[in-house]
Formats: sequence, C-alpha cells, structure tokens
Amino acid sequence: MISANPTTGMSRPPAPARRWTKTRILGHVLMALWIVSGAWLLYYLAINIASPFVLKYWPEYLSGFFVTLQIVGLSLLIGALLSIPIAAARASKWWFISKPAYCFVYFFRGTPLLAQTFLVYYGAGTFQPQLEAIGLWGMFREAWFCVIFAFSLNTSAYQAEILRGAIQNVSKGQWEGAAALGLSKKITFYKIILPQALIVALRPYGNEIILMLKGSAIAAIVTVFDLFGETRRAYSRSYDFQAYIWAAVIYLFLVEMLRRLWDKIEARLTRHLIR
Amino acid sequence: MDKALTLLSFGPEGWGDEIAWGVVVTVCLAIVTLPFGLFLGFLIALAKKSSEPSLRLAANLYTTLFRGLPELLTLFLVYFGLQIAVQALLKMAGFDFYFEVNSFVAGVIALSFVFSSYASEAFLSAFRGIPEGQYEGGYALGLSRGKTLRLVVLPQLIRLALPALGNSWLVLLKDTSLVSVVGLSDVMRQSGIAARITKEPFMFFGVACLIYLVLAMISSTGLVRIERWSKRGEATR
Repeated sequence: MISANPTTGMSRPPAPARRWTKTRILGHVLMALWIVSGAWLLYYLAINIASPFVLKYWPEYLSGFFVTLQIVGLSLLIGALLSIPIAAARASKWWFISKPAYCFVYFFRGTPLLAQTFLVYYGAGTFQPQLEAIGLWGMFREAWFCVIFAFSLNTSAYQAEILRGAIQNVSKGQWEGAAALGLSKKITFYKIILPQALIVALRPYGNEIILMLKGSAIAAIVTVFDLFGETRRAYSRSYDFQAYIWAAVIYLFLVEMLRRLWDKIEARLTRHLIR
Repeated sequence: MDKALTLLSFGPEGWGDEIAWGVVVTVCLAIVTLPFGLFLGFLIALAKKSSEPSLRLAANLYTTLFRGLPELLTLFLVYFGLQIAVQALLKMAGFDFYFEVNSFVAGVIALSFVFSSYASEAFLSAFRGIPEGQYEGGYALGLSRGKTLRLVVLPQLIRLALPALGNSWLVLLKDTSLVSVVGLSDVMRQSGIAARITKEPFMFFGVACLIYLVLAMISSTGLVRIERWSKRGEATR
C-alpha cells in the first residue's frame, strides 16, 4: 500500500468517514438478523448432532440421499439422451415431425411435475391390461420406476429446448464459413456448431440440474423414499421439527455445492473466451 | 365416452363442479401470491443494487436460501414451522388451544418467498438495462429519489423485466400444485379425490394437466397483451 506520493512526499488525504445513512443502518440490521439466525441454526444443529433423533435416523437420511442422487442422475442422463431426437424433430422442416415434438415440449413444460408424476404413477393402472400384454406392468407398479419415467420425460423436454435454442443461437456465418471451406454439413455440425452451442448451453444445463434436484423432492409424494421421503417419514414418526431442518440444510448444501462446482466447470471450459 | 362425459359433468354424478372449484382455488392462490412476491422481489432487487455492501449481502443470502431449497421443502417448513411457532407463542401467552395453519395461507407465504427470490433476479437484470443517465436526468429535473424511481425508472423497468417476470408467473402457476400436498383443495387435490373414488386416475390427472396447460395458455396471451401495453410508448421502427 502506498501511503505517500513518492514525488511530492505528500500523504494521501484520509478517506471520508462513511456516514450512517438509512440504507447502511438497514443493511446492518438485516445482516445482524441473518447472523443471529445463522448462529442460532448452528447452535441448534450442534446441540442436536448427537440427539436421539439423529442417532436413530441418520442411516435413513443417508440412504434417502443416495436415492435422490440416483433419481436425479438417472433422469438427467435419460433425459439428455431423449432430448437429442426431440430437439432434432423440433427443428425439422416437416410439420408432421416438428408439430408433435412441439406439443410434447409444450405439454411437459406447461404442466406441473407433480401432475405428470401422478399421471404416470396412478394413471398407469388404467392401462394395466395393455402394459401386462407387453410385459411392462411390473415396472410401472414400482413408484421408483414411474418417478424416473416421469422425470426423464420432463427433463428431456426442457433439455431439448436448451439444446435447440443453443444450436439456433450460433450465427449463420459459422455455417457459411464452414461451407466456404468445403466442409460437409455433418462435420460442420459436429466440429463447429455443436461445440459453440454447448458452451452457450452450459448455464441453462446447470440450472436444469439444480431444478431437477429441487424437483426430485416430489418423488416423496408417490411413496419413493428419497431424501425428502425419509424426512417426511422421520417427522411422522417422531414429530420432531428438526427432521425438516436437517433436510433443508442438506438440500441447501447440495444445491450450493452444485452451483459452485458448475461455475468452476463453466469458467474452466470458457477460459479461451476471456479477453 | 359417455361415461367419461358423465364423470366430468357438473352435477351429483360428475366431478366437473368439484374440479372447477379447484381451478378457482388454484388461480386465487397464484393471484394472491403475485402482489406479495412482486413487492418483496422489487425491494430485494433494490437492496441488491444498493451501494451498501451489508444490504447487498443480506439480500443475496435471502435469494440463495430460497432458490436453493426445494419448493416443496419450503412449503413444509412454513406449514409445520408456522404451526409450531404460533403454538409456542400461544403457550407463552398463556393460551392453550390447538392452532392449525391454513394451507392456503402457508401456500401464499411459501410461494411468495420463492417467487420473490426469482422476481428479484428479473428486476435486478432489468435495473442493469437502465442507463445511469435516466436517474441523472430525473435528478436534474429536480425530482426526488423516490419520484425518479417511480416516474422515470419504474415504467421502463417494467418493460425490461416483463419477459422474465412472465416466466416466473408461469412457474408460480405450476408450483401452486405443490400446495395440494398439505391439503389445499386445488385442481390437483380435487382431481386426485375424483381419481380415487371413480377409479379413473388417468382421465382425471389428464384433465388436471390439461387445466394447467389451459391456464398457461391464457397467461401467455395475457402476457403478450401486457407486453404490448408496456411498449405502447416505444416508436415503431
């Protein structure tokens, strides 16, 4: 730190004292509230870390945690695979291909995930004879499978839109430039368009992962014992509110970690774009 | 087909009236939440763009919290937490009776938290789209800070924030279905009851999905109109 100007030897005048304006007071009061509640939460968690509740239920929370990860991971993976043909169909120039894809995407983005899950889980019973005929009834009787099914379709619709938007976002000059270099359409798409599109799609993909992680709590409503399902079970057995507090801490931690990790990945992958 | 129509009719045999009532509840929940969420979101956006670091940090903590928690968990925290808190307060005050939180109220509170944290992001990015000169122009005309904000900045802010706010509204409309889990008789719950009693789950949940789709379509047309209204001052280029 430079305290004096080397040529004149004069020291820098002191910074003007920051006045206690209304906004500053408000900000400090609000921060004090956050700090008090944060400290209280930490204290609450600390005194309960060895409580009978935690000792009794932590294995269940752990298994629920893994079920949640499993549901989210599988759904996102299947959704990603499904999204490619959907996005291609959506961009097709034939209306009899693009219209159904549009309707699929509109339906899954326009209705609540809860309704879709119910539609699959309870609605599958309506088609019991048909499902038995093709041998899939055993799967649709499992809540876990229905949840994966509904979540995959849901996220595939969102991911298809992300993919399509990103590919169309790449400027036309890129196609023209590649064509001028004599590259085939296929090579242009895989080597030039897709890499640029995926960088644009990174952020929306990250948001979709977080959205899916938060949405996966819905699985608990149809009797899947994921993290939230285990939380509900623990609460209904113990009537101890800390069941929900622990779940909130775990979810918040997960989402925040994921967000930070994704920011890191994004910064790493786009480092050539920084000027 | 006949059977389906009977089940969906408005009458003693049909579930049409029950589901229609559910639609009213769903729409009411979303519309009641909207002003709270918008107002809170606007205040948080103001805090986030303030030059005071402590205020910014406090607002950022708020959005981190409510964007990080699953909506369903927020709802359960509010629903059960409020019950326990009020019960404890009543006990301290010396009353001893059972207090039950209304699921509608819990839904409004929880969804307002979630909606406001998303709306604040919409407002914040809209604030970034307004050049500093607009404020300076307002002050140069002798308008106070509040008046500049209200008369000069806000009309432009609405125009810039509308697309993102419209998305948040559609998300809010879908999120209302979660409140059915804590016992609110909205579309989801009513069609669930109908599905259980009539043993026609696919039809009734399908109807519920269609209702949400129709609500989304109506909202989209409404939003297009509002957007056109907000741009009425812009010269056509």
